[in-house]
Amino acid sequence: MSDVEIRVDGRSVRVETGATVAAALLGDETFAFRTSISGQPRGPLCGMGTCFECRVTINGMPHRRACMTVVATGMEIVTRG
Amino acid sequence: MTTTDVIIVGGGIVGAAIARELSSDGRRVLVLERSFVGAGATGAGMGHIVVMDDSPAQLALTVGSRDLLDELERELPDACERDLSGTLWIAEDDAQLAEVRLKQQRHEAAGVRCEILDAYALATAEPNLRKGLAGALRVAGDAVVYPPAVARWLMDRAVDAGTELRCGVDVHSIGGGVVVTNRGTFGAPDIINATGAHAQGLSHGADIVPRKGHLLITDRYPAFCRHQLVELGYLASAHTLNSESVAFNIQPRRTGQLLIGSSREVVGWDASVNRRIVQRMLQRAVEFMPRLKSLDIIRTWTGFRPATAHKLPYISRIPAQPGVWIAAGHEGLGITTALGSARLLADLLLSREPWTDPEPYAL
Repeated sequence: MSDVEIRVDGRSVRVETGATVAAALLGDETFAFRTSISGQPRGPLCGMGTCFECRVTINGMPHRRACMTVVATGMEIVTRG
Repeated sequence: MTTTDVIIVGGGIVGAAIARELSSDGRRVLVLERSFVGAGATGAGMGHIVVMDDSPAQLALTVGSRDLLDELERELPDACERDLSGTLWIAEDDAQLAEVRLKQQRHEAAGVRCEILDAYALATAEPNLRKGLAGALRVAGDAVVYPPAVARWLMDRAVDAGTELRCGVDVHSIGGGVVVTNRGTFGAPDIINATGAHAQGLSHGADIVPRKGHLLITDRYPAFCRHQLVELGYLASAHTLNSESVAFNIQPRRTGQLLIGSSREVVGWDASVNRRIVQRMLQRAVEFMPRLKSLDIIRTWTGFRPATAHKLPYISRIPAQPGVWIAAGHEGLGITTALGSARLLADLLLSREPWTDPEPYAL
């Protein structure tokens, strides 16, 4: 299966074509996708777009749901939102 | 029957501000609130502290009230989220820019600091606005607050000064020194109707209608915009009474969220969200800020402004109801003008020299 290259917090990561951003981050052992207002690490919970816990910044746009977004070549993902 | 010096019906921001004024003067005050403090229009609005110049009286009341809020700067707790964001009145073309210059003159004549931004300065100040706008008037001293927290704080100060607050009290009638409620009858020589858009039900002749508005709030996008942004046409939208209108009005909150307004309709007390109106609001907003399209809106709600035909609140004795006063009908300016309204009503009730000419607000 072919894979694509994305960037996670500035690092280059290769993931399978068709993977969601959430799958890509978990596969890369990134478990804290964002930081809550009270400073707690947050990551995917429902995996189906309902809980909004897995939000990351994708290509400069904050609050994108990682579990509902499929990776694309050159995608820039930031988990420090 | 419980008796006291003054009974205030309505625990919105106006009632709370009046309770604070009167109790700090030593009056024994009882506030009767149907639900909880700030449950009505106070909790539904944006919390934009804004100088408005639709009429000389509106200008006087907004400027004087803004000054009173500025005086509280050090006392207001963080929960009130007071931010000096300032307002930008946006001109789309040169004709509107000419109007903006007149607005500048009126503001400056009233002692309000403001400045014209040309097209370049506007684009620099707010990069997410669309290109090609003519300019704006910046009113730097305008502010943003979180209205229910301000109302709560004002009420707490009143209670500190001896005010008694009773929530969950439905008032059936007022007059003749008596307030009849579902929790018994209360007596006072002075009774104040501060029930906003409900005022007409207790005081016939107070011509106040509920004017519905929609608000939307986004997820957190810090620094998407920095000022409260209002299109110059907002005043025209606000000035009419019966027609349906929308106007671009967006407010950055301290959380990074954006409040998106605004709409005006007279449809009775139907609080349901009107999708067609929301669509019109969003279209207007996106015309000014194209990138809004990519933001997530997390909640939409409605509220009812207490609107009068003459576009000013009643702050007055009620001639047909001896011993009854009214402070209601602030439409979209109740948060901005609560402190000035309360000071004026207290001046009248306590026979002090009124801080501003009371005549325009007389019933």
